[in-house]
Amino acid sequence: MPDGNDASGPWPDKPQDKKPDAQAKPVRMRGGGFAPMPRRWVGFAVFAVLIGLAEWGTRAGWISPLTLPKPSDVLATFGELYDSGLLFKHLAPSLSRLAVGAVLGVSAGIGIGILIGLFSYIRAGLVPLVAAIFPIPKIALLPLFVIWFGIDEASKYALIAFGTFTPTVVATYGAVDNVDRTLIRMGQSFDLSWFSIVRKIVLPGAMPGILSGLRVSLAIAIILLVAAEMLGAEYGIGAYILQAGSLYDLERLFAGVVILSLLGVIVSTAISAIERHLLGWRT
Amino acid sequence: MQIKLDSISHSYGDFEVMRDITLEIPNGKIVCIVGPSGCGKSTLLRFIGGLEQPSQGQVLQVGEPPEGCLNPLTYIFQDFALLPWRTVDGNVSLVLEDHGIKGKAAKAIIDDVLARTNLTDFAKALPKQLSGGMKQRVAIARAMAVNPAVLLMDEPLSALDSQTRELLMDDLVGLWERTPFTAVYVTHNLHEAVRLGHSIVVLSRRPGQIRDIVEIDKPLSDRQFGDADLDLHQKHLWNLMREEARAADAELINA
Ligand SMILES: Nc1ncnc2c1ncn2[C@@H]1O[C@H](COP(=O)(O)OP(=O)(O)O)[C@@H](O)[C@H]1O
Ligand SMILES: [Mg+2]
Repeated sequence: MPDGNDASGPWPDKPQDKKPDAQAKPVRMRGGGFAPMPRRWVGFAVFAVLIGLAEWGTRAGWISPLTLPKPSDVLATFGELYDSGLLFKHLAPSLSRLAVGAVLGVSAGIGIGILIGLFSYIRAGLVPLVAAIFPIPKIALLPLFVIWFGIDEASKYALIAFGTFTPTVVATYGAVDNVDRTLIRMGQSFDLSWFSIVRKIVLPGAMPGILSGLRVSLAIAIILLVAAEMLGAEYGIGAYILQAGSLYDLERLFAGVVILSLLGVIVSTAISAIERHLLGWRT
Repeated sequence: MQIKLDSISHSYGDFEVMRDITLEIPNGKIVCIVGPSGCGKSTLLRFIGGLEQPSQGQVLQVGEPPEGCLNPLTYIFQDFALLPWRTVDGNVSLVLEDHGIKGKAAKAIIDDVLARTNLTDFAKALPKQLSGGMKQRVAIARAMAVNPAVLLMDEPLSALDSQTRELLMDDLVGLWERTPFTAVYVTHNLHEAVRLGHSIVVLSRRPGQIRDIVEIDKPLSDRQFGDADLDLHQKHLWNLMREEARAADAELINA
């Protein structure tokens, strides 16, 4: 009951119809924010608006066809690619290169990252090495890989593996450093074996950091896919894009780029799903 | 099994933390260690449990741990130290797995310790779903699961509010009444010390030395919140500690 006339209250009676006290005003709200919530549709809306703008611009003529292909034409090219069966001919080798390269690089990266996180000598020896390797544009090493591993698949795997390795190492040893030491002391105080402590305390504790590192490494893997297919690849999304690019065939170029973007979105969604599944314990 | 501390001294570099501590932890008794903050209580407890080594003196184990004891010296930590990614029963099973106890045998132990700490209904809960008091009960259940000869508790109730603290003290007394255990209980809270300690060791400020040992004969189960004689003990302890605490406090500011 909104009563202003409760005479039994500690404050003097104040009728409702009186105009509000000039000195009384609601407290200014200063809290909130800094807590992102899931808002699924916003992502789609941003894509839709951008594509819609491009379509409108290219149709209306204020974007010249030389600047940007018409999104509907790109879609048509994509349709042709699909109908001719070429899509899977390009996609299959690319996906297998991506999978093999990324699995090699990520697993080596997690392994070495954990060793760096756990052993002083390995850390002292390898951290500078990793820092030296990290900034090298891996694309520049492609000729070297071709000499080492041949022009076939192996050099492509090596390039992608090498590119995903360094960011994974850095993310992993950072994550291991951040594992709560009191949990490790607890494990020791219950006489858990070294191996149990690593497997049951260090690894799960480092998982959040490892997974967010994985987001970066897998995006890099997709970038390097195109570079890997620059040399000696007949089929592959990268090869397809490079062919289209050398012919200035913008529709095909964009169709290829869209496939890479979709790949990126799929990978990121998959990691989010893994995070939801594995990291449900986080507060 | 008893624990003997034989003239333990320790320094971190030039930083002397404790000096010549000799103490016996008798079987089946709870020994409380109180002292101003920074006097080396946690460090001493790490020595007793073998997590760290003193620069001088040694910690001795007299006699063998009883049959069926999986981890003779078992800690209960102030911040619970539960694995957040494991459920309550998973946290208890963690300490059994390395002893090869799995399946039915593990389940029997887990069910028993969860029942003893009134956690049966929470077996499948994750730590993030539990209150602080519940989390510490899980840690106590986990410690009980390995059947310890000596429990080492480092301010186990300090992270809890005072009502929960009273409840958990009652729980600890109940557990001790059922099967008396040996314990070293570190606290800065004198009220906890007089409720739970058979003897209370008062340490001086850093470098920690034993100032006094106060024995309380009254059985644990007869001690109640607000007992006049316990209050007298508490006052006596505070008188012993007041100057030390003041000096320790001033020292921290200067440092
Ligand atoms: N690993 C360490 N290295 C250096 N100094 C330490 C270390 N651990 C504890 N200390 C110091 O030793 C003193 C005693 O610490 P602690 O045993 O934690 O005290 P309490 O638990 O009684 O408050 C403190 O001054 C602390 O800063
Ligand atoms: Mg302490």
